[in-house]
Amino acid sequence: MTTVIGQLINALQLGSIYALVALGYSMVYGIISLLNFAHGDIIMVGAYAAWFIMTSLNSFLPFGAVAAIAVVFSILICTLLGAGIEKVAYAPLRSAPRLSLLITAIGVSYFLENMAQMIFGAGAKSVPNIISIGSFHVGKMTVSWTSAITLIVSVISMAVLTVFVKKTKMGKAMRAVSEDVGTAQLMGINPNKTISLTFAIGSALAGIGSILYCCAYAQASPTMGSMLGLKAFVAAVLGGIGSIPGAVLGGFAIGLAETLVSSVGLSVWKDAIVFAILIIVLIFKPAGILGKKKIEKV
Amino acid sequence: MNNTKMVPVPSRSIIPERDSDKAPILEAFNLGIDFGGLTAVDNFTIAVGRTEICGLIGPNGAGKTTVFNLLTNVYQPTRGLIMLDGKNTTGKSTYQVSRMGIARTFQNIRLFSKMSVLDNVKVGLYNSTKCSFISSVLRLPQYFKSEKQANEKALELLSVFDMESHAYDEAGSLPYGAQRRLEIVRALATNPGIMLLDEPAAGMNPSETWELMENIRKIRDKFQIAIMLIEHDMNLVMGICEGIAVLDHGKIIAKGDPEQIKSNPAVIEAYLGKKEA
Repeated sequence: MTTVIGQLINALQLGSIYALVALGYSMVYGIISLLNFAHGDIIMVGAYAAWFIMTSLNSFLPFGAVAAIAVVFSILICTLLGAGIEKVAYAPLRSAPRLSLLITAIGVSYFLENMAQMIFGAGAKSVPNIISIGSFHVGKMTVSWTSAITLIVSVISMAVLTVFVKKTKMGKAMRAVSEDVGTAQLMGINPNKTISLTFAIGSALAGIGSILYCCAYAQASPTMGSMLGLKAFVAAVLGGIGSIPGAVLGGFAIGLAETLVSSVGLSVWKDAIVFAILIIVLIFKPAGILGKKKIEKV
Repeated sequence: MNNTKMVPVPSRSIIPERDSDKAPILEAFNLGIDFGGLTAVDNFTIAVGRTEICGLIGPNGAGKTTVFNLLTNVYQPTRGLIMLDGKNTTGKSTYQVSRMGIARTFQNIRLFSKMSVLDNVKVGLYNSTKCSFISSVLRLPQYFKSEKQANEKALELLSVFDMESHAYDEAGSLPYGAQRRLEIVRALATNPGIMLLDEPAAGMNPSETWELMENIRKIRDKFQIAIMLIEHDMNLVMGICEGIAVLDHGKIIAKGDPEQIKSNPAVIEAYLGKKEA
Protein backbone atom coordinates (compact mmCIF):
# COMPACT_ATOMS: atom_id res chain seq x y z
CA MET A 1 0.00 0.00 0.00
CA THR A 2 2.75 2.45 0.93
CA THR A 3 4.55 1.63 -2.31
CA VAL A 4 1.41 2.37 -4.28
CA ILE A 5 0.97 5.74 -2.60
CA GLY A 6 4.69 6.41 -2.92
CA GLN A 7 4.52 5.73 -6.65
CA LEU A 8 1.41 7.86 -6.89
CA ILE A 9 3.30 10.77 -5.35
CA ASN A 10 6.12 10.24 -7.86
CA ALA A 11 3.56 10.22 -10.63
CA LEU A 12 2.07 13.49 -9.40
CA GLN A 13 5.48 15.10 -9.17
CA LEU A 14 6.48 14.05 -12.67
CA GLY A 15 3.02 14.80 -13.99
CA SER A 16 2.97 18.32 -12.66
CA ILE A 17 6.26 19.11 -14.42
CA TYR A 18 4.83 17.75 -17.67
CA ALA A 19 1.67 19.74 -17.07
CA LEU A 20 3.56 23.01 -16.60
CA VAL A 21 5.47 22.48 -19.83
CA ALA A 22 2.38 21.27 -21.68
CA LEU A 23 0.58 24.49 -20.69
CA GLY A 24 3.16 26.53 -22.61
CA TYR A 25 2.71 24.31 -25.67
CA SER A 26 -1.02 24.53 -25.46
CA MET A 27 -1.25 28.29 -24.92
CA VAL A 28 1.03 29.05 -27.85
CA TYR A 29 -0.84 26.61 -30.06
CA GLY A 30 -4.12 28.14 -28.97
CA ILE A 31 -3.12 31.63 -29.98
CA ILE A 32 -1.12 31.21 -33.20
CA SER A 33 -1.60 27.51 -34.08
CA LEU A 34 2.12 26.90 -33.76
CA LEU A 35 3.66 23.77 -32.26
CA ASN A 36 6.54 25.56 -30.61
CA PHE A 37 9.14 22.81 -30.62
CA ALA A 38 11.65 25.18 -29.06
CA HIS A 39 9.53 25.18 -25.90
CA GLY A 40 11.32 22.17 -24.36
CA ASP A 41 14.69 23.78 -24.97
CA ILE A 42 13.63 26.82 -23.00
CA ILE A 43 13.53 24.48 -20.00
CA MET A 44 17.06 23.40 -20.78
CA VAL A 45 18.18 27.04 -20.76
CA GLY A 46 16.33 27.54 -17.48
CA ALA A 47 18.13 24.55 -15.97
CA TYR A 48 21.51 25.91 -17.03
CA ALA A 49 20.58 29.30 -15.60
CA ALA A 50 19.81 27.64 -12.27
CA TRP A 51 23.03 25.63 -12.43
CA PHE A 52 25.04 28.77 -13.20
CA ILE A 53 23.69 30.68 -10.21
CA MET A 54 23.87 27.71 -7.83
CA THR A 55 27.51 26.96 -8.65
CA SER A 56 28.86 30.48 -9.09
CA LEU A 57 27.27 32.27 -6.14
CA ASN A 58 27.34 29.57 -3.47
CA SER A 59 30.74 30.61 -2.13
CA PHE A 60 29.61 34.19 -1.48
CA LEU A 61 26.08 33.89 -0.20
CA PRO A 62 24.14 31.65 2.19
CA PHE A 63 22.38 28.73 0.56
CA GLY A 64 18.85 30.11 0.92
CA ALA A 65 19.73 33.35 -0.84
CA VAL A 66 21.49 31.54 -3.68
CA ALA A 67 18.51 29.22 -4.15
CA ALA A 68 16.11 32.17 -4.22
CA ILE A 69 18.25 34.05 -6.76
CA ALA A 70 18.53 30.90 -8.87
CA VAL A 71 14.75 30.48 -8.97
CA VAL A 72 14.06 34.11 -9.90
CA PHE A 73 16.92 34.29 -12.40
CA SER A 74 15.95 31.08 -14.12
CA ILE A 75 12.27 32.09 -14.49
CA LEU A 76 13.30 35.53 -15.72
CA ILE A 77 15.71 34.12 -18.31
CA CYS A 78 13.05 31.71 -19.60
CA THR A 79 10.43 34.47 -19.85
CA LEU A 80 12.74 36.80 -21.73
CA LEU A 81 14.00 34.00 -23.95
CA GLY A 82 10.48 32.87 -24.85
CA ALA A 83 9.29 36.38 -25.66
CA GLY A 84 12.56 37.09 -27.48
CA ILE A 85 12.29 33.98 -29.67
CA GLU A 86 8.76 35.01 -30.60
CA LYS A 87 9.89 38.51 -31.60
CA VAL A 88 12.93 37.42 -33.58
CA ALA A 89 11.87 34.12 -35.13
CA TYR A 90 8.08 33.93 -35.25
CA ALA A 91 6.72 37.48 -35.47
CA PRO A 92 8.24 38.13 -38.94
CA LEU A 93 6.40 35.03 -40.17
CA ARG A 94 2.96 36.12 -38.95
CA SER A 95 1.36 35.89 -42.37
CA ALA A 96 3.52 33.02 -43.65
CA PRO A 97 2.13 29.48 -43.99
CA ARG A 98 1.95 27.45 -40.76
CA LEU A 99 4.57 25.06 -42.08
CA SER A 100 7.25 27.79 -42.30
CA LEU A 101 6.55 28.62 -38.69
CA LEU A 102 6.83 24.97 -37.64
CA ILE A 103 10.15 24.54 -39.44
CA THR A 104 11.42 27.74 -37.83
CA ALA A 105 10.47 26.35 -34.42
CA ILE A 106 12.46 23.19 -35.10
CA GLY A 107 15.36 25.36 -36.21
CA VAL A 108 15.22 27.42 -33.03
CA SER A 109 15.17 24.21 -31.01
CA TYR A 110 18.37 22.92 -32.67
CA PHE A 111 19.96 26.33 -32.38
CA LEU A 112 19.41 26.42 -28.62
CA GLU A 113 20.63 22.85 -28.12
CA ASN A 114 23.81 23.42 -30.09
CA MET A 115 24.38 26.78 -28.49
CA ALA A 116 24.21 25.16 -25.05
CA GLN A 117 26.57 22.42 -26.20
CA MET A 118 29.06 25.02 -27.41
CA ILE A 119 28.96 27.04 -24.22
CA PHE A 120 28.59 24.37 -21.56
CA GLY A 121 29.90 21.26 -23.31
CA ALA A 122 28.03 18.10 -24.23
CA GLY A 123 28.23 16.50 -20.79
CA ALA A 124 25.59 16.88 -18.12
CA LYS A 125 26.14 19.42 -15.34
CA SER A 126 24.98 18.46 -11.92
CA VAL A 127 22.64 21.04 -10.43
CA PRO A 128 22.76 21.26 -6.63
CA ASN A 129 19.35 20.58 -5.16
CA ILE A 130 17.51 23.85 -4.72
CA ILE A 131 15.00 22.50 -2.23
CA SER A 132 17.35 20.72 0.15
CA ILE A 133 15.14 20.25 3.13
CA GLY A 134 14.73 16.49 3.27
CA SER A 135 11.38 14.89 3.84
CA PHE A 136 8.42 14.64 6.17
CA HIS A 137 6.17 11.83 7.35
CA VAL A 138 2.51 11.23 6.79
CA GLY A 139 1.64 8.27 8.99
CA LYS A 140 4.16 5.61 7.97
CA MET A 141 4.80 7.28 4.64
CA THR A 142 7.90 9.32 3.90
CA VAL A 143 7.25 12.16 1.49
CA SER A 144 10.11 14.27 0.20
CA TRP A 145 9.66 18.00 0.39
CA THR A 146 10.74 18.17 -3.24
CA SER A 147 7.68 16.17 -4.28
CA ALA A 148 5.37 18.15 -2.06
CA ILE A 149 6.69 21.53 -3.17
CA THR A 150 6.65 20.51 -6.85
CA LEU A 151 3.01 19.59 -6.59
CA ILE A 152 2.04 22.69 -4.60
CA VAL A 153 3.92 25.10 -6.85
CA SER A 154 2.43 23.51 -9.97
CA VAL A 155 -1.10 23.61 -8.66
CA ILE A 156 -0.72 27.26 -7.63
CA SER A 157 0.77 28.19 -11.01
CA MET A 158 -2.06 26.48 -12.86
CA ALA A 159 -4.68 28.11 -10.67
CA VAL A 160 -3.18 31.57 -11.18
CA LEU A 161 -2.99 30.97 -14.91
CA THR A 162 -6.59 29.80 -15.11
CA VAL A 163 -7.86 32.81 -13.20
CA PHE A 164 -5.67 35.12 -15.27
CA VAL A 165 -7.01 33.80 -18.56
CA LYS A 166 -10.62 33.69 -17.38
CA LYS A 167 -10.94 36.84 -15.32
CA THR A 168 -8.52 39.54 -16.39
CA LYS A 169 -8.71 41.85 -19.37
CA MET A 170 -5.41 40.55 -20.74
CA GLY A 171 -6.64 36.99 -20.41
CA LYS A 172 -9.79 37.94 -22.28
CA ALA A 173 -7.66 39.59 -24.95
CA MET A 174 -5.71 36.33 -25.27
CA ARG A 175 -8.89 34.33 -25.69
CA ALA A 176 -10.25 36.88 -28.15
CA VAL A 177 -7.08 36.77 -30.28
CA SER A 178 -7.09 32.98 -30.24
CA GLU A 179 -10.71 32.86 -31.40
CA ASP A 180 -10.60 35.57 -34.07
CA VAL A 181 -7.58 37.83 -34.57
CA GLY A 182 -9.36 40.14 -37.00
CA THR A 183 -12.26 40.87 -34.69
CA ALA A 184 -9.97 41.21 -31.69
CA GLN A 185 -8.12 43.96 -33.55
CA LEU A 186 -11.39 45.77 -34.16
CA MET A 187 -11.83 45.79 -30.39
CA GLY A 188 -8.59 47.78 -30.17
CA ILE A 189 -6.48 44.81 -29.08
CA ASN A 190 -2.89 44.80 -30.31
CA PRO A 191 -2.43 41.17 -31.41
CA ASN A 192 1.38 41.31 -31.42
CA LYS A 193 1.47 42.46 -27.82
CA THR A 194 -1.02 39.78 -26.82
CA ILE A 195 0.96 37.04 -28.60
CA SER A 196 4.19 38.21 -26.93
CA LEU A 197 2.44 38.09 -23.57
CA THR A 198 1.30 34.54 -24.26
CA PHE A 199 4.84 33.44 -25.08
CA ALA A 200 6.17 35.20 -21.99
CA ILE A 201 3.64 33.50 -19.71
CA GLY A 202 4.14 30.08 -21.32
CA SER A 203 7.90 30.45 -20.97
CA ALA A 204 7.64 31.62 -17.36
CA LEU A 205 5.75 28.39 -16.64
CA ALA A 206 8.53 26.50 -18.43
CA GLY A 207 10.99 28.34 -16.16
CA ILE A 208 9.09 27.12 -13.10
CA GLY A 209 9.09 23.67 -14.70
CA SER A 210 12.85 23.76 -15.20
CA ILE A 211 13.47 24.55 -11.54
CA LEU A 212 11.18 21.73 -10.47
CA TYR A 213 12.83 19.38 -12.96
CA CYS A 214 16.26 20.24 -11.56
CA CYS A 215 14.98 19.47 -8.08
CA ALA A 216 13.84 16.06 -9.23
CA TYR A 217 16.72 15.06 -11.50
CA ALA A 218 19.54 17.39 -10.41
CA GLN A 219 21.16 17.73 -13.79
CA ALA A 220 21.27 19.91 -16.86
CA SER A 221 22.33 18.75 -20.32
CA PRO A 222 21.98 20.34 -23.78
CA THR A 223 19.44 17.79 -25.00
CA MET A 224 17.40 17.41 -21.81
CA GLY A 225 14.71 19.70 -23.25
CA SER A 226 13.96 17.72 -26.37
CA MET A 227 12.58 14.57 -24.71
CA LEU A 228 10.89 16.53 -21.94
CA GLY A 229 9.40 18.86 -24.55
CA LEU A 230 8.19 15.98 -26.70
CA LYS A 231 6.49 14.31 -23.76
CA ALA A 232 4.87 17.57 -22.73
CA PHE A 233 3.72 17.88 -26.32
CA VAL A 234 2.17 14.42 -26.08
CA ALA A 235 0.51 15.55 -22.84
CA ALA A 236 -0.90 18.65 -24.55
CA VAL A 237 -2.25 16.61 -27.47
CA LEU A 238 -3.64 13.97 -25.13
CA GLY A 239 -5.54 16.58 -23.13
CA GLY A 240 -6.62 18.51 -26.19
CA ILE A 241 -4.18 21.06 -27.52
CA GLY A 242 -5.24 24.66 -26.97
CA SER A 243 -7.11 23.78 -23.78
CA ILE A 244 -5.62 24.77 -20.41
CA PRO A 245 -7.36 22.13 -18.25
CA GLY A 246 -6.58 19.65 -21.03
CA ALA A 247 -2.85 20.33 -20.76
CA VAL A 248 -2.97 19.82 -16.99
CA LEU A 249 -4.95 16.62 -17.34
CA GLY A 250 -2.66 15.34 -20.08
CA GLY A 251 0.43 16.15 -18.05
CA PHE A 252 -0.77 14.17 -15.07
CA ALA A 253 -1.92 11.30 -17.27
CA ILE A 254 1.50 11.01 -18.93
CA GLY A 255 3.24 11.28 -15.56
CA LEU A 256 1.04 8.52 -14.20
CA ALA A 257 1.55 6.27 -17.22
CA GLU A 258 5.32 6.65 -17.07
CA THR A 259 5.52 5.99 -13.35
CA LEU A 260 3.24 3.01 -13.67
CA VAL A 261 5.32 1.45 -16.42
CA SER A 262 8.55 2.06 -14.49
CA SER A 263 7.18 0.72 -11.23
CA VAL A 264 6.32 -2.66 -12.74
CA GLY A 265 9.91 -2.98 -13.89
CA LEU A 266 9.48 -1.97 -17.52
CA SER A 267 11.25 1.38 -17.28
CA VAL A 268 13.07 0.87 -20.60
CA TRP A 269 9.61 0.82 -22.19
CA LYS A 270 8.33 4.04 -20.68
CA ASP A 271 9.09 6.34 -23.64
CA ALA A 272 7.64 3.83 -26.06
CA ILE A 273 4.47 3.63 -23.99
CA VAL A 274 4.10 7.43 -23.89
CA PHE A 275 4.34 7.69 -27.67
CA ALA A 276 2.07 4.70 -28.11
CA ILE A 277 -0.49 6.64 -26.07
CA LEU A 278 -0.08 9.56 -28.48
CA ILE A 279 -0.74 7.33 -31.48
CA ILE A 280 -3.80 5.73 -29.87
CA VAL A 281 -5.22 9.12 -28.88
CA LEU A 282 -4.70 10.49 -32.36
CA ILE A 283 -6.53 7.52 -33.86
CA PHE A 284 -9.54 7.48 -31.56
CA LYS A 285 -9.84 11.04 -30.33
CA PRO A 286 -7.90 13.32 -32.63
CA ALA A 287 -8.97 16.45 -30.74
CA GLY A 288 -7.76 15.05 -27.40
CA ILE A 289 -9.72 14.40 -24.22
CA LEU A 290 -10.94 17.97 -23.66
CA GLY A 291 -10.26 19.31 -27.13
CA LYS A 292 -13.07 20.77 -29.13
CA LYS A 293 -13.83 19.39 -32.52
CA LYS A 294 -13.12 22.09 -35.04
CA ILE A 295 -15.71 22.44 -37.72
CA GLU A 296 -14.13 24.07 -40.72
CA LYS A 297 -16.45 26.63 -42.19
CA VAL A 298 -16.46 26.77 -45.95
CA MET B 1 -23.78 77.96 -50.33
CA ASN B 2 -23.92 78.26 -46.59
CA ASN B 3 -20.55 79.51 -45.34
CA THR B 4 -20.89 78.10 -41.83
CA LYS B 5 -20.55 74.60 -43.25
CA MET B 6 -17.14 73.13 -42.64
CA VAL B 7 -17.76 70.20 -44.88
CA PRO B 8 -15.03 70.01 -47.49
CA VAL B 9 -16.14 70.77 -51.00
CA PRO B 10 -15.13 67.52 -52.70
CA SER B 11 -17.49 65.52 -50.55
CA ARG B 12 -20.52 67.41 -51.80
CA SER B 13 -21.90 66.00 -48.68
CA ILE B 14 -25.30 65.41 -47.32
CA ILE B 15 -24.50 66.05 -43.72
CA PRO B 16 -27.55 66.90 -41.65
CA GLU B 17 -28.04 70.53 -40.68
CA ARG B 18 -27.40 69.96 -36.95
CA ASP B 19 -23.91 68.55 -37.62
CA SER B 20 -22.90 71.06 -40.24
CA ASP B 21 -21.05 73.39 -37.89
CA LYS B 22 -18.82 70.58 -36.66
CA ALA B 23 -16.07 68.83 -38.60
CA PRO B 24 -17.25 65.48 -39.93
CA ILE B 25 -16.46 62.39 -37.87
CA LEU B 26 -15.37 60.48 -40.94
CA GLU B 27 -14.16 61.64 -44.32
CA ALA B 28 -12.84 59.66 -47.24
CA PHE B 29 -11.21 61.30 -50.23
CA ASN B 30 -10.92 59.48 -53.55
CA LEU B 31 -10.50 56.20 -51.74
CA GLY B 32 -9.65 53.26 -53.96
CA ILE B 33 -8.30 49.74 -53.80
CA ASP B 34 -7.12 47.32 -56.45
CA PHE B 35 -6.89 43.57 -55.98
CA GLY B 36 -4.36 42.52 -58.57
CA GLY B 37 -5.66 44.10 -61.71
CA LEU B 38 -9.21 44.45 -60.46
CA THR B 39 -10.36 47.81 -59.16
CA ALA B 40 -12.77 46.93 -56.37
CA VAL B 41 -13.44 50.47 -55.14
CA ASP B 42 -12.55 53.71 -56.85
CA ASN B 43 -13.01 57.41 -56.20
CA PHE B 44 -14.94 56.84 -53.01
CA THR B 45 -15.47 60.25 -51.45
CA ILE B 46 -17.79 60.77 -48.54
CA ALA B 47 -18.20 62.77 -45.34
CA VAL B 48 -20.25 61.66 -42.37
CA GLY B 49 -21.61 64.07 -39.75
CA ARG B 50 -21.07 63.63 -36.02
CA THR B 51 -24.52 62.25 -35.29
CA GLU B 52 -25.60 61.22 -38.74
CA ILE B 53 -27.23 57.94 -39.65
CA CYS B 54 -26.22 57.20 -43.20
CA GLY B 55 -26.56 54.28 -45.53
CA LEU B 56 -24.35 52.62 -48.08
CA ILE B 57 -26.42 50.68 -50.57
CA GLY B 58 -25.87 49.03 -53.89
CA PRO B 59 -26.30 45.76 -55.75
CA ASN B 60 -24.46 42.63 -54.62
CA GLY B 61 -20.74 42.80 -55.33
CA ALA B 62 -20.74 46.58 -55.58
CA GLY B 63 -17.91 46.81 -53.04
CA LYS B 64 -19.82 47.89 -49.94
CA THR B 65 -18.10 45.54 -47.51
CA THR B 66 -14.77 46.38 -49.16
CA VAL B 67 -15.44 50.01 -48.24
CA PHE B 68 -16.00 48.96 -44.61
CA ASN B 69 -12.74 47.00 -44.70
CA LEU B 70 -10.97 50.08 -46.04
CA LEU B 71 -12.47 52.37 -43.43
CA THR B 72 -11.34 50.04 -40.61
CA ASN B 73 -7.89 49.55 -42.21
CA VAL B 74 -8.43 45.82 -42.58
CA TYR B 75 -7.36 46.58 -46.16
CA GLN B 76 -4.85 49.34 -46.81
CA PRO B 77 -6.18 51.56 -49.62
CA THR B 78 -4.29 51.71 -52.91
CA ARG B 79 -5.30 55.34 -53.35
CA GLY B 80 -6.91 58.07 -51.35
CA LEU B 81 -7.15 59.20 -47.79
CA ILE B 82 -9.32 58.55 -44.74
CA MET B 83 -9.73 61.11 -41.99
CA LEU B 84 -11.23 59.78 -38.78
CA ASP B 85 -12.18 62.51 -36.33
CA GLY B 86 -9.86 64.83 -38.25
CA LYS B 87 -6.89 62.44 -38.08
CA ASN B 88 -5.32 60.68 -41.02
CA THR B 89 -5.49 56.89 -40.67
CA THR B 90 -3.05 56.02 -43.45
CA GLY B 91 -0.65 53.27 -42.44
CA LYS B 92 -2.36 52.63 -39.11
CA SER B 93 -3.31 49.09 -38.20
CA THR B 94 -6.82 47.98 -37.40
CA TYR B 95 -6.39 48.06 -33.64
CA GLN B 96 -5.05 51.60 -33.85
CA VAL B 97 -7.99 52.93 -35.86
CA SER B 98 -10.29 51.10 -33.47
CA ARG B 99 -8.73 53.13 -30.66
CA MET B 100 -9.21 56.28 -32.75
CA GLY B 101 -12.94 55.72 -32.64
CA ILE B 102 -14.32 53.44 -35.33
CA ALA B 103 -16.21 50.22 -34.66
CA ARG B 104 -18.02 47.76 -36.88
CA THR B 105 -20.16 44.67 -37.03
CA PHE B 106 -20.04 41.94 -39.64
CA GLN B 107 -22.37 40.61 -42.28
CA ASN B 108 -21.70 37.10 -41.02
CA ILE B 109 -21.69 37.40 -37.25
CA ARG B 110 -18.22 37.22 -35.73
CA LEU B 111 -18.70 37.04 -31.99
CA PHE B 112 -16.23 35.35 -29.67
CA SER B 113 -18.68 32.50 -29.58
CA LYS B 114 -16.98 30.45 -26.86
CA MET B 115 -16.92 33.38 -24.45
CA SER B 116 -19.83 34.59 -22.36
CA VAL B 117 -22.01 37.46 -23.50
CA LEU B 118 -20.57 39.63 -20.75
CA ASP B 119 -16.99 38.74 -21.67
CA ASN B 120 -17.64 39.64 -25.31
CA VAL B 121 -18.65 43.12 -24.22
CA LYS B 122 -15.70 43.30 -21.83
CA VAL B 123 -13.31 42.50 -24.69
CA GLY B 124 -14.82 45.57 -26.35
CA LEU B 125 -14.02 47.51 -23.19
CA TYR B 126 -10.38 46.37 -23.41
CA ASN B 127 -8.88 49.81 -23.84
CA SER B 128 -11.05 51.56 -21.28
CA THR B 129 -10.26 48.94 -18.62
CA LYS B 130 -7.25 50.27 -16.76
CA CYS B 131 -5.38 47.50 -15.03
CA SER B 132 -1.71 46.60 -15.20
CA PHE B 133 -0.33 43.10 -15.67
CA ILE B 134 1.08 43.03 -12.15
CA SER B 135 -2.24 44.06 -10.58
CA SER B 136 -4.01 41.38 -12.63
CA VAL B 137 -1.71 38.57 -11.55
CA LEU B 138 -1.45 39.59 -7.91
CA ARG B 139 -5.10 40.66 -7.76
CA LEU B 140 -4.34 44.04 -6.23
CA PRO B 141 -7.18 46.46 -5.43
CA GLN B 142 -6.76 48.07 -8.86
CA TYR B 143 -7.76 44.76 -10.44
CA PHE B 144 -11.01 44.47 -8.50
CA LYS B 145 -11.84 48.12 -9.07
CA SER B 146 -11.25 47.96 -12.82
CA GLU B 147 -13.12 44.65 -13.15
CA LYS B 148 -16.07 46.04 -11.21
CA GLN B 149 -16.19 49.11 -13.43
CA ALA B 150 -15.95 46.98 -16.57
CA ASN B 151 -18.75 44.72 -15.33
CA GLU B 152 -21.03 47.63 -14.56
CA LYS B 153 -20.28 49.29 -17.89
CA ALA B 154 -20.84 46.04 -19.77
CA LEU B 155 -24.18 45.42 -18.08
CA GLU B 156 -25.22 48.99 -18.75
CA LEU B 157 -24.42 48.56 -22.44
CA LEU B 158 -26.27 45.25 -22.55
CA SER B 159 -29.29 46.95 -21.05
CA VAL B 160 -29.60 49.08 -24.21
CA PHE B 161 -30.96 45.91 -25.83
CA ASP B 162 -32.43 44.43 -22.62
CA MET B 163 -29.85 41.66 -22.72
CA GLU B 164 -28.61 41.78 -19.11
CA SER B 165 -30.37 38.54 -18.27
CA HIS B 166 -28.25 36.71 -20.86
CA ALA B 167 -24.96 38.14 -19.55
CA TYR B 168 -23.58 34.79 -18.44
CA ASP B 169 -24.77 32.70 -21.39
CA GLU B 170 -22.27 31.54 -23.96
CA ALA B 171 -22.37 33.98 -26.87
CA GLY B 172 -22.56 31.20 -29.44
CA SER B 173 -25.67 29.75 -27.81
CA LEU B 174 -27.77 32.91 -28.25
CA PRO B 175 -30.51 33.01 -30.86
CA TYR B 176 -29.57 34.64 -34.14
CA GLY B 177 -31.22 38.02 -33.54
CA ALA B 178 -29.64 38.30 -30.10
CA GLN B 179 -26.22 37.54 -31.55
CA ARG B 180 -26.66 40.41 -34.00
CA ARG B 181 -27.64 42.71 -31.14
CA LEU B 182 -24.69 41.55 -29.04
CA GLU B 183 -22.34 42.38 -31.91
CA ILE B 184 -23.68 45.93 -31.87
CA VAL B 185 -23.29 46.18 -28.09
CA ARG B 186 -19.73 44.89 -28.34
CA ALA B 187 -18.94 47.47 -31.02
CA LEU B 188 -20.44 50.20 -28.82
CA ALA B 189 -18.21 49.09 -25.95
CA THR B 190 -15.11 50.26 -27.83
CA ASN B 191 -16.48 53.79 -27.38
CA PRO B 192 -16.58 54.70 -31.06
CA GLY B 193 -17.33 58.02 -32.69
CA ILE B 194 -18.75 56.16 -35.67
CA MET B 195 -20.13 52.65 -35.90
CA LEU B 196 -20.32 50.72 -39.14
CA LEU B 197 -23.10 48.13 -39.35
CA ASP B 198 -22.80 45.55 -42.11
CA GLU B 199 -26.31 44.32 -42.94
CA PRO B 200 -27.69 44.58 -39.40
CA ALA B 201 -31.16 43.44 -40.50
CA ALA B 202 -30.00 40.39 -42.46
CA GLY B 203 -32.21 37.44 -41.61
CA MET B 204 -34.64 39.44 -39.50
CA ASN B 205 -38.40 39.45 -39.93
CA PRO B 206 -40.26 42.75 -40.45
CA SER B 207 -41.11 43.25 -36.77
CA GLU B 208 -37.52 42.57 -35.71
CA THR B 209 -36.32 44.96 -38.41
CA TRP B 210 -38.67 47.62 -37.14
CA GLU B 211 -37.36 47.12 -33.62
CA LEU B 212 -33.80 47.34 -34.93
CA MET B 213 -34.56 50.67 -36.58
CA GLU B 214 -35.84 52.03 -33.31
CA ASN B 215 -32.74 50.75 -31.56
CA ILE B 216 -30.34 52.27 -34.07
CA ARG B 217 -32.02 55.64 -33.53
CA LYS B 218 -31.95 55.12 -29.79
CA ILE B 219 -28.22 54.35 -29.86
CA ARG B 220 -27.50 57.44 -31.94
CA ASP B 221 -29.48 59.64 -29.55
CA LYS B 222 -28.08 58.11 -26.37
CA PHE B 223 -24.42 57.89 -27.39
CA GLN B 224 -24.37 60.82 -29.83
CA ILE B 225 -22.41 58.90 -32.43
CA ALA B 226 -22.59 58.52 -36.18
CA ILE B 227 -23.83 55.29 -37.68
CA MET B 228 -23.15 54.08 -41.19
CA LEU B 229 -24.92 50.99 -42.39
CA ILE B 230 -24.91 48.64 -45.32
CA GLU B 231 -28.38 47.22 -45.86
CA HIS B 232 -30.51 45.60 -48.50
CA ASP B 233 -33.77 46.18 -46.66
CA MET B 234 -34.98 49.38 -48.33
CA ASN B 235 -37.67 50.00 -45.73
CA LEU B 236 -34.98 50.22 -43.09
CA VAL B 237 -32.60 52.30 -45.21
CA MET B 238 -35.24 54.76 -46.35
CA GLY B 239 -36.75 54.82 -42.88
CA ILE B 240 -33.73 55.83 -40.81
CA CYS B 241 -30.94 57.07 -43.07
CA GLU B 242 -30.54 60.80 -43.39
CA GLY B 243 -27.98 60.49 -46.15
CA ILE B 244 -27.47 57.64 -48.58
CA ALA B 245 -24.63 56.81 -50.93
CA VAL B 246 -25.22 54.30 -53.70
CA LEU B 247 -22.33 52.16 -54.83
CA ASP B 248 -22.19 50.26 -58.11
CA HIS B 249 -19.14 48.51 -59.51
CA GLY B 250 -16.99 50.15 -56.85
CA LYS B 251 -18.01 53.71 -57.65
CA ILE B 252 -20.49 56.05 -56.01
CA ILE B 253 -23.24 56.66 -58.53
CA ALA B 254 -25.49 58.76 -56.35
CA LYS B 255 -25.58 60.60 -53.03
CA GLY B 256 -28.51 62.27 -51.38
CA ASP B 257 -31.37 62.01 -48.94
CA PRO B 258 -33.82 59.11 -49.28
CA GLU B 259 -36.22 61.05 -51.54
CA GLN B 260 -33.47 62.01 -53.95
CA ILE B 261 -32.13 58.46 -54.06
CA LYS B 262 -35.54 56.93 -54.70
CA SER B 263 -36.06 59.06 -57.76
CA ASN B 264 -32.52 58.98 -59.10
CA PRO B 265 -32.51 57.32 -62.56
CA ALA B 266 -28.93 56.03 -62.17
CA VAL B 267 -29.93 54.21 -58.98
CA ILE B 268 -33.01 52.70 -60.56
CA GLU B 269 -30.89 51.54 -63.46
CA ALA B 270 -28.25 49.98 -61.21
CA TYR B 271 -30.90 48.02 -59.33
CA LEU B 272 -33.35 47.17 -62.07
CA GLY B 273 -31.31 47.44 -65.25
CA LYS B 274 -31.72 49.77 -68.20
CA LYS B 275 -35.19 50.55 -69.42
CA GLU B 276 -35.63 49.05 -72.81
CA ALA B 277 -36.23 51.61 -75.46
